[in-house]
Amino acid sequence: MNQVISYIKTFALWELLKGLSVTQRNWFRKSVTLEYPEEKTPQSHRFRGLHALRRYPNGEERCIACKLCEAVCPALAITIESGVGEDGTRRTSRYDIDLFKCIYCGFCEEACPVDAIVETRIHEYHMEAPGENIMTKDKLLAVGDKYEAMISADKAADAEYR
Amino acid sequence: MLDFLAGLVPQFAMDWWVAWPSWLQYLAGTLFKILILTVGVILCVAFSTYFERKVIGSMQSRVGPNRVGFKGLLQPFADVFKLLFKEVIVPSQSSKFIFVIAPLLSLTPALAAWAVIPMNNWFVIADINAGLLYVLALTSVGVYGVILAGWATNSKYALLGAMRSAAQIVAYEIAMGFALVGVLMAAGSLNIGDIVNAQAGGVSNWFLLPLLPLFLVYWISGVAETNRAPFDVAEGESEIVAGFHVEYSGVAFALFFLAEYANMILISTLTAVFFLGGWASPFEGWTFLNDIPWLAWLTAGGLHWLFLKMCFFMYTFFWLRATFPRYRYDQIMRLGWKVFIPVTIVWIAVEGAMAWFHVGPWSNLGA
Repeated sequence: MNQVISYIKTFALWELLKGLSVTQRNWFRKSVTLEYPEEKTPQSHRFRGLHALRRYPNGEERCIACKLCEAVCPALAITIESGVGEDGTRRTSRYDIDLFKCIYCGFCEEACPVDAIVETRIHEYHMEAPGENIMTKDKLLAVGDKYEAMISADKAADAEYR
Repeated sequence: MLDFLAGLVPQFAMDWWVAWPSWLQYLAGTLFKILILTVGVILCVAFSTYFERKVIGSMQSRVGPNRVGFKGLLQPFADVFKLLFKEVIVPSQSSKFIFVIAPLLSLTPALAAWAVIPMNNWFVIADINAGLLYVLALTSVGVYGVILAGWATNSKYALLGAMRSAAQIVAYEIAMGFALVGVLMAAGSLNIGDIVNAQAGGVSNWFLLPLLPLFLVYWISGVAETNRAPFDVAEGESEIVAGFHVEYSGVAFALFFLAEYANMILISTLTAVFFLGGWASPFEGWTFLNDIPWLAWLTAGGLHWLFLKMCFFMYTFFWLRATFPRYRYDQIMRLGWKVFIPVTIVWIAVEGAMAWFHVGPWSNLGA
């Protein structure tokens, strides 16, 4: 008897019609697409995007060239050379991040004892020429200076969970 | 020849036209009709690619193309211009002449088959008695383009794709032919115009219900014949890259694309013509509709009904593609040879017996 029913179902294309009804129901459903340049998804304050080097409010660089970030970086994207700064303290003479190597894991930010290197929520950036993928110290500081307000707000929002 | 233009062009133009010698009138008139039909088919192809992407997008909760022009309506033209500006790369180890003519061999039959299909009760390019045979012949000839493309490319993927396509088309051609034997028995004519006229008089007179199994077999064979999902093993991306057109680029690829979609539209139109009454209106005889303003077109037969039916079947093509995973190759062969051919033969026998003894809805067939 079951065999007869399954035979009838086969010739009535029963399973196929069931499948077709699923796609047809989806046809009436609203699309879930976000039309990117006009619409954007909400973003977490923990988003890990472009890197920045921060300063203290008095304008002094935070980075003390401890090289913990360089050591923890799993992609070996950070290169640091240390030297003596103008005020006689230990400073970086070179701080390069290769954005092509970086996997945006955020370990550098976690490792930093002075909150100097951070990953901002900026993710819409591009390179136009070979070599622009290397973020030098100057570029990182410039990003930090430009977005300091956003960075400190994000850090404050996250502070209670740390 | 061009009587249908009588009201559309000024009188002096018609006078000038009538003064032409009759053979020239015939030649120019036919060429003009061919031009209209070909441009129409190519426009349909362009917008069916857009339609396909929109339909499949909706079924996957996406929006589909919406950047070029209003709601993305100019997307097909953007695609065409992109393909036209691309380089046609001829592989160095290929058989160059065959490589270049193969796309034409596959496009020509796809367009030529339209010659015998009546768009409404007067527009048909060649009103020939063997129209059905002509259509069957030309849809089969299309496979030469595919085989030669696969062979001339000199690539194992292309050859495999071509072989699969050839075997598949041969298998399903037989089931398709048998399904059309049923239509032929019901209509009593090979002329496609007569087949449509035999279905006049509303939905109950269409061949859809009395020949339902043949309709399903014909439609599914048509999907297989055009190498569309779920029967697209000939170009199965996950197995043999793109099958027979793997080495084609630019205009040559565009021609294959055009041929594939022209064939899909052809199969959709043929299914409408053979089983859904062609240009006939489903509301034929609902005279009260004629009294309502703006609704008279519902009861009148014509190109618009054929177009709507064609659109429904095109939609079904895309619907199937959005729904079903690809058949395994041996399952395709099993379905074609061991299911469809027996089903059609049985139904032809049933149809014959029913018509002979005047039973039920079959009693009027083949009158």
